[in-house]
Amino acid sequence: MEITARGLWTLIHGMGFGALYLLACSGALMELFRITAPSAPSNLTRGQEQFLKGYLVAMAVLAWSAVLTGAYVIYPWYRAIPRAGVTDLSGFPQRLLLANSGTAGWHSIGMEWKEHIAWFAPISITMVAYVFIRYGRELSNHKRLRTAVLSFAASSFLAAGVAGFFGAMINKYAPVQGGGTIHLSAGAEK
Amino acid sequence: MSGDPSAKTPSLTNGPGAAAILAAGIGSLTLAVLAIAADRFPAVKSMLVFYKPTGALSGVTTVAIVIWLAAWGGLEIRWRNRTVALGLVNWLALGMLVLSILLTFPPIADLF
Repeated sequence: MEITARGLWTLIHGMGFGALYLLACSGALMELFRITAPSAPSNLTRGQEQFLKGYLVAMAVLAWSAVLTGAYVIYPWYRAIPRAGVTDLSGFPQRLLLANSGTAGWHSIGMEWKEHIAWFAPISITMVAYVFIRYGRELSNHKRLRTAVLSFAASSFLAAGVAGFFGAMINKYAPVQGGGTIHLSAGAEK
Repeated sequence: MSGDPSAKTPSLTNGPGAAAILAAGIGSLTLAVLAIAADRFPAVKSMLVFYKPTGALSGVTTVAIVIWLAAWGGLEIRWRNRTVALGLVNWLALGMLVLSILLTFPPIADLF
């Protein structure tokens, strides 16, 4: 069992940061909705409030880690241009997608949207984390602030979902591969 | 009963929250507009190449983040102790966010 260095980075970016962020989104939306509801019981402990604050900060860290590794580690490998005469495009995912009309759309729509919409997730969740840290449970007394926070949290979920979907599909048709090979374990032949 | 008598009366002004919300909308819209500008004008595109392997995306996102944080800081200083018309701020911020999502969608971005 082995994986290339670029494949490992793609895994860290997509599964480590992106997918974990998406998983965390549902929990954050639920808790923000519940805790800040005007009808919510006022017996929320300080520990519970602190936990949600820490949870939102961790989400912001995940979101920023996902976009920064995506843009500065993986994207350069994705958009690399082959030298003239190279016919094997497996190490050049963008060129590989564009070489076939059946897959070109995964770049021209998928990657072109993903590379920009993904950034709305960290911007939005950073704002959400800041507002919750600043107001905490008192957010339930600011109806419009609460509406905006929930809307931006939902939008960040949407942005991360679009980016994650296209990332997974692009990596299916033109995986980012190359670099050194990392041997994870030796399998027995049958 | 564990009810806090002050629970329904906000003790914090909404200004700092409004500043963060409006700035998030401004940052998002800046990113979308810069992405279109970089795609439309080669001169803008080359100006936004801050890190060659990443191309113009590096400049588009860096400039958008700087403008977002500058707007946030400026609004925070201005609204720190104020109560602002949050209905209008929400409409503006969410409008900018929705517009940004639409403007980054390639079939729409390519119309410009």
